[in-house]
Amino acid sequence: MTSDLRGRIGTALGQDRVRANIRRAMDGLVVKRRNAFADAGELGQLRDHGAAIRSAAVANMADLLEELEQNCTANGIQVHWAEDAAQGNRIVAEILDRQGADLLIKGKSMVSEEMGLNAYLEARGVEVVETDLGEFIIQHAGEPPSHIVAPAVHKDRQEIAALFRSKFPNDLPAGPEGEGIEALTNAARGLLRAKFAEARVGLSGVNFAVAETGTLCLVENEGNGRMSTTAPEVHIAVMGIEKVVARLEQVPPLLTLLTRSATGQPITTYFNMISSPRRLGEKDGPEAVHLILLDNGRTRMRADAELQDSLRCIRCGACMNHCPVYTRLGGHAYGTVYPGPIGAVIEPQLQGVAVQGELAWACTLCGACAEVCPVRIPLPKLINRVRHEGVRSDVSGSGVLGTGARRKSLEALVWRLWALLHAHPSLYRAAMGLAARLRWMQPRRLGPWTRTRSAPRLAPEGLHRLVREEGIDVE
Amino acid sequence: MSNSARSRILARLRSAQPDAPRPDVVVPARRFDWTPAERLTRFRECLEAVHGEVHLVGGDWRQHLFGLLSQRGVRSLLYGDAGPLGASPAIGWPDPDAVRLIPYLKPVETWRESLFADIDAGLTTCRAGIAETGSLVLWPTPQEPRLMSLVPPIHVCLLEADLIYSTFAELMAVQGWARGMPTNALAITGPSKSADIEQTLTYGVHGPKELIVLVVAPGTVAGP
Repeated sequence: MTSDLRGRIGTALGQDRVRANIRRAMDGLVVKRRNAFADAGELGQLRDHGAAIRSAAVANMADLLEELEQNCTANGIQVHWAEDAAQGNRIVAEILDRQGADLLIKGKSMVSEEMGLNAYLEARGVEVVETDLGEFIIQHAGEPPSHIVAPAVHKDRQEIAALFRSKFPNDLPAGPEGEGIEALTNAARGLLRAKFAEARVGLSGVNFAVAETGTLCLVENEGNGRMSTTAPEVHIAVMGIEKVVARLEQVPPLLTLLTRSATGQPITTYFNMISSPRRLGEKDGPEAVHLILLDNGRTRMRADAELQDSLRCIRCGACMNHCPVYTRLGGHAYGTVYPGPIGAVIEPQLQGVAVQGELAWACTLCGACAEVCPVRIPLPKLINRVRHEGVRSDVSGSGVLGTGARRKSLEALVWRLWALLHAHPSLYRAAMGLAARLRWMQPRRLGPWTRTRSAPRLAPEGLHRLVREEGIDVE
Repeated sequence: MSNSARSRILARLRSAQPDAPRPDVVVPARRFDWTPAERLTRFRECLEAVHGEVHLVGGDWRQHLFGLLSQRGVRSLLYGDAGPLGASPAIGWPDPDAVRLIPYLKPVETWRESLFADIDAGLTTCRAGIAETGSLVLWPTPQEPRLMSLVPPIHVCLLEADLIYSTFAELMAVQGWARGMPTNALAITGPSKSADIEQTLTYGVHGPKELIVLVVAPGTVAGP
């Protein structure tokens, strides 16, 4: 394994406070989700529906995207296509330039994180304001999100209070009152309302895009998503091309799966469905709505009959909330936009196995993620597949970026020997006999493994032999 | 440039089609056979569980509303005077000096700062309620624009009791939403909230801090 991930894991394991914050939050989310799906029969049926709707959407993606484009265009939404992050960023910048805008207010969007949009625009002199409370906190802390739904989950109120005190000393009451969650939230409300009143361009993500009606659906609790998409003169929506669904009636089952899986809520405060810019006579809402359809590796994922299942994802975060690795490390250890089990599957595909393939090994294959996934993505199977792509020797026919990049000749040789022994009983017996005789040569230290454990010792007698001596027929 | 991006993306999807296009998935619309009274009870319980206030009121809803707003120190109420309520909030409004009624008359560009700074509450009607989740469903119109239910710190909504459907799916099916969507459709369930700090719910982050629903008898809200 390369050491970047190892280094980040070491750092994460040393941060007791962050780990405690994350663990507390994840344990809470697990309970909330469980309570929200009290009826196991209903949950099973909803997951079946969710999986069927999303896999059909992935299968029919080309047709659905064309239908979406056609209906959005008919509704007055301007549709743009971007093959990669750079192209998507340029489209956003051009819209801002045409508008003469140097301020952008943003609702929460993981795709914009994937694009590196904030850094790109800031380098061009645009002030980018994250308006989701969690995103606002980490933007001012200069950190990336640690969770796809709760981006500031690694911070506790004392840290946030200290951050706000240093950044906005005049917006918090003095003394302990200023450390309260209410006071912190109020400070953010005041600061951001001024931006909502001022900004001429807002940007958001998209949770579901309905092809049939050309409707963009946004799921949120705070109202910042509605503000960013309603108050400015121009609304830019960015979405991964996989977010398309065929029909409106497929939205309610996906919505309830999303909110209950993510936070245990029956529904969020706001479910916002946008189908057009301001129409004649309307007194508010944006005059122009732009939709950016981002590929950025998704068509490559879609080309693989097995890995395309990861495109079903509705980004609820339940897989990471239940992951024994994520809950002990937090999202920053992954070093990617999407952490946790879904990150371990899609990041190696998006960035290449050579760059991020190691994430697939940061997994115990316990299967908790697959048990909770609302659209039944077989995550452990896909994580195994990514591992295989990392080390496969015959790379012909694989469309996965960087396939074979993690193959090591010594490791491959060991496994070939292992296979040879297990295919030939006499060879196996001879090798085991030899190993038992040479067991005094066995090393007592096995790298990091024996730092906290004693090394396993080979027994003097093989299991087969012992069992035979007991008179049990082993053949 | 973006046109060729479009054709390349679609070409990649089509060339890699691992199997023939799959038939569309039809999911039976979730609904419950609740009586109107059960729907109202469920609606109320769910909305109150997320910090919404529900009041069952009669023909004297203006007096009731005035009382609720006065208690809260509200000085200005935004409403749509050309909407389904027409001028009716003003008819018999107890004290227009204590709580001023402000019609949403002009495009937001002409009074944005004032909308954000000076309005204490917004009054709207709605298209439906959803019993299963305690949600209000709004299709904002030129008469009752989108920001009325978002910018003022208090949102008051009039809901006619017979407009409560059991589920979102039932509502969409019965009203035939797929035939044509408005500029903006909203399901609103409680006041604005966040749990981004220590998973502790706080209300009134960016949108309204309070959501007050007045459930009125069918026919109270006049047709436009």
